[in-house]
Amino acid sequence: MPSLLFCGPKLAACGIVLSIWGVIMLSMLGIFFSAKSAVLIEDVPFTEEDIRDDKNPPQTIYGLYNQVGINCFIAASIYVGVGALSLCQVRLNKRQEYMVT
Amino acid sequence: MSSLFRSEEMCLVQLFFQTESAHNCISELGHLGLVQFKDLNPGVAAFQRRFVKEVKKCEEMERILSKKVFYYKMHQVIILTYISDVNSTFEKLEQELREINRNHAALRQNLIELMDIDSLLRMTEDFFEEAESLLTYSEPPSEDSVFIAGVIKQDRFPAFEKVLWRLFHGNFVLRHAEMQATEELQALRGAVKKDVFIIFVQGDHVREKIRKVCEGFRASLYSCPKTLYERKQMSNSVMTQMQDLRMILRRTEEYRAGVLTRAAEHVQEWSSKVKKMKAIYYTLNLCNIDITQKLIVAEIWCPVSDLTLVQSALIKGSEQSGSSVTPVLNRIQTQQTPPTFNRTNTFTEGFQAIIDAYGVGTYQEINPAPYTIVTFPFLFAVMFGDCGHGLVMTLFAVWVTSQAESLRKWKNEVLNDVVIGGRYIILLMGMFSIYTGLIYNDCFSKSFNIFGSSWSVRPMFHPHGPWQNETLHEYHHLQLNPFVPGVYSGDPYVFGIDPVWNIASNKLSFLNSFKMKMSVILGVSHMLFGVALSLVNFVHFRKFQDIFLQFVPQLIFMLSLFGYLIFLILYKWCITLRSEMAPSILLLFINMMLFDYQSEHVLLYRGQKGVQIFLVLTAVLMVPVLLLVKPFLIYRTRMKTRHQVGEQSRATLSQEHMGDIFVYQAIHTIEFCLGCISNTASYLRLWALSLAHAELSEVLWRMVLQVGLKISSGMGSLMLVVLFAAFAVLTVTVLLIMEGLSAFLHALRLHWVEFQNKFYEGSGYKFTPLSFDSLLKTQH
Repeated sequence: MPSLLFCGPKLAACGIVLSIWGVIMLSMLGIFFSAKSAVLIEDVPFTEEDIRDDKNPPQTIYGLYNQVGINCFIAASIYVGVGALSLCQVRLNKRQEYMVT
Repeated sequence: MSSLFRSEEMCLVQLFFQTESAHNCISELGHLGLVQFKDLNPGVAAFQRRFVKEVKKCEEMERILSKKVFYYKMHQVIILTYISDVNSTFEKLEQELREINRNHAALRQNLIELMDIDSLLRMTEDFFEEAESLLTYSEPPSEDSVFIAGVIKQDRFPAFEKVLWRLFHGNFVLRHAEMQATEELQALRGAVKKDVFIIFVQGDHVREKIRKVCEGFRASLYSCPKTLYERKQMSNSVMTQMQDLRMILRRTEEYRAGVLTRAAEHVQEWSSKVKKMKAIYYTLNLCNIDITQKLIVAEIWCPVSDLTLVQSALIKGSEQSGSSVTPVLNRIQTQQTPPTFNRTNTFTEGFQAIIDAYGVGTYQEINPAPYTIVTFPFLFAVMFGDCGHGLVMTLFAVWVTSQAESLRKWKNEVLNDVVIGGRYIILLMGMFSIYTGLIYNDCFSKSFNIFGSSWSVRPMFHPHGPWQNETLHEYHHLQLNPFVPGVYSGDPYVFGIDPVWNIASNKLSFLNSFKMKMSVILGVSHMLFGVALSLVNFVHFRKFQDIFLQFVPQLIFMLSLFGYLIFLILYKWCITLRSEMAPSILLLFINMMLFDYQSEHVLLYRGQKGVQIFLVLTAVLMVPVLLLVKPFLIYRTRMKTRHQVGEQSRATLSQEHMGDIFVYQAIHTIEFCLGCISNTASYLRLWALSLAHAELSEVLWRMVLQVGLKISSGMGSLMLVVLFAAFAVLTVTVLLIMEGLSAFLHALRLHWVEFQNKFYEGSGYKFTPLSFDSLLKTQH
């Protein structure tokens, strides 16, 4: 079985740090989007028609908020995967260090 | 009492100790790390000092040990010199290694010869067959035919052949073949190609000639038996001999490796011993040796509170060396300025280092370091204020602090000194940044709404306020009017800036005004604190005259002008004004200085004109006090002493010229007064950098992360993953490292120049004790 190791120890450590940061920050962003925070209004992709043609305001905007929130949660879960992968790489690197010395 | 408040009181002490116990005593003092040796032979050049040979020997040993010749160059003999004090295993090791290397070389040579013979025997098989057939055709085989076999380098062979031709005119048969270069042979001998040759000639007497020729060409000759059976036997014996030799060689190499690895464990210990010895001899060079060669005199600076420790260290040293006489300590009075010693621990070390980088404090002057522990991270945080970035910085600093010992093994000097030495500074900077981030309500350029905003938009609409549905369609920008009831709740946001400002389009107008005024308030407070510290200096050095001639006028000048400015700022913040009619503080201040009071100018409070005129006149009055009073007093005292002395005229006083004193005082006054204004303006960099940081942060969010957030389709999450990684990398490199360094630099400059020029002299020299700990630490 060929070696599953494809990155060095430093890259794997960076990957772990980035994943942890990504999981925490993206999940918090997801929570804030789901809570329809007003501060994040600029990040929601609404257009003029969304506001004008809304039959039941502000449900369209709320729907968009929810969509972005779900996107954030999905991205956070992808980062969980990236983090697990980096953790494996770190373990494999450590094992290789033991075998060499 | 030792503290960080002021540098320690030092004393000059003379030490007398015996020459035999010198080594041990100085070694004990080095372990203690509390004394600085004064150079008693300042006029002597380095190569004329007494112990210069020993120092050179130590350096040589250091060089050898540092090259780690032991480890990797196993084939070379190591030549070591030794000094009698070092452990004698050095000497034994050297002899052992020499012997091993000699044996190894001899064995290798043997093996090479055997391998030559072996290949020779194998190749000459065909030659013999061929030769026998040749000779049977030409002549009957006589007893005279001899053959000589050997090995020669391939590039020498053509010349060899030619010489033989000339000698024997073709009366010989020469056969040669290239020797198979096995890997083992290559490892032993190198990549030299060699040929096997065999010569058949008639006649016995030619053997000598051929031998001489072969010697000339450096070919090695081997005797080869004639019969097949003998050759086979010889081949077998050579084989077994080679096997034995190979085994012996391997064993020798293993043994040598074992010896070297055992020695390698001691390399670290030896190199530190050598370093210590070099330091001790260097110190001995600084001392005086008296006529009888039995006594060494040294002068040291040491803290007064540590005299007993020094005494006990010396006693321990002299006991170790077995001498009967205890060293003598003799404290002497001196007019020379002692070095400045600030006792620090791992936490305060970093802050003291950044103060000392600008100038080491004068002896017993007040030390700005304890205040820097708070003000430096605070001013950094004012420029950096973002709680998200502060959090990342704090976590990084916590990691470095917890792993400090294992991280010291990194050889990179920059990382070692800056990051690990300054880990507590970075930790404090991060924690303070979280605080100012909460005040600015800024986290990766977004605000938190924890307590509920004080502004509300709904009351602006009908029936409370003027807005209708159509108003929204007509105008792109609408302004919330706080005088419409319900829009502004009347109570400001509990902690920090209201989160509504984050989505307001005139956010910068508000924040700029706020941050500029805050910078001025912080700056003037910092400088007033600096002036107050100068009072402490005057009290300590008993310059009571200066308190009234320098401290009080400076304080009054600063308070009446810039203290009043702070009062105006705070007052304007506290009262309610209509923004169309509010007077600008800057214009008020300028008009105050120019005595410009016209009736249409709006003033902030009743009686402002009278107060301002009074303050400006007071400040202006302080300037001649600062400029002239002190020199006049000095002039008067000099006149008095000259009258008292009378006729006995000390013509040239060894004091300063009167003109110099006036000029010095003028420079000092101008520096202070103009400096007040320019330094206050200089603190506006607090505003400028925090604005830059906030804007960079917002741009990064808008141009990187928002692009990913705005994609609402299915690919949105994947794009978000990639863009978040880019956002994180850019945050760390641009916002944390670049902006962090920039804010660090500016906060440091504010301390060094604007704060310290109010009270700090910084003209001392640092206390550098003989300390083995710091010596060995710099080794790594």
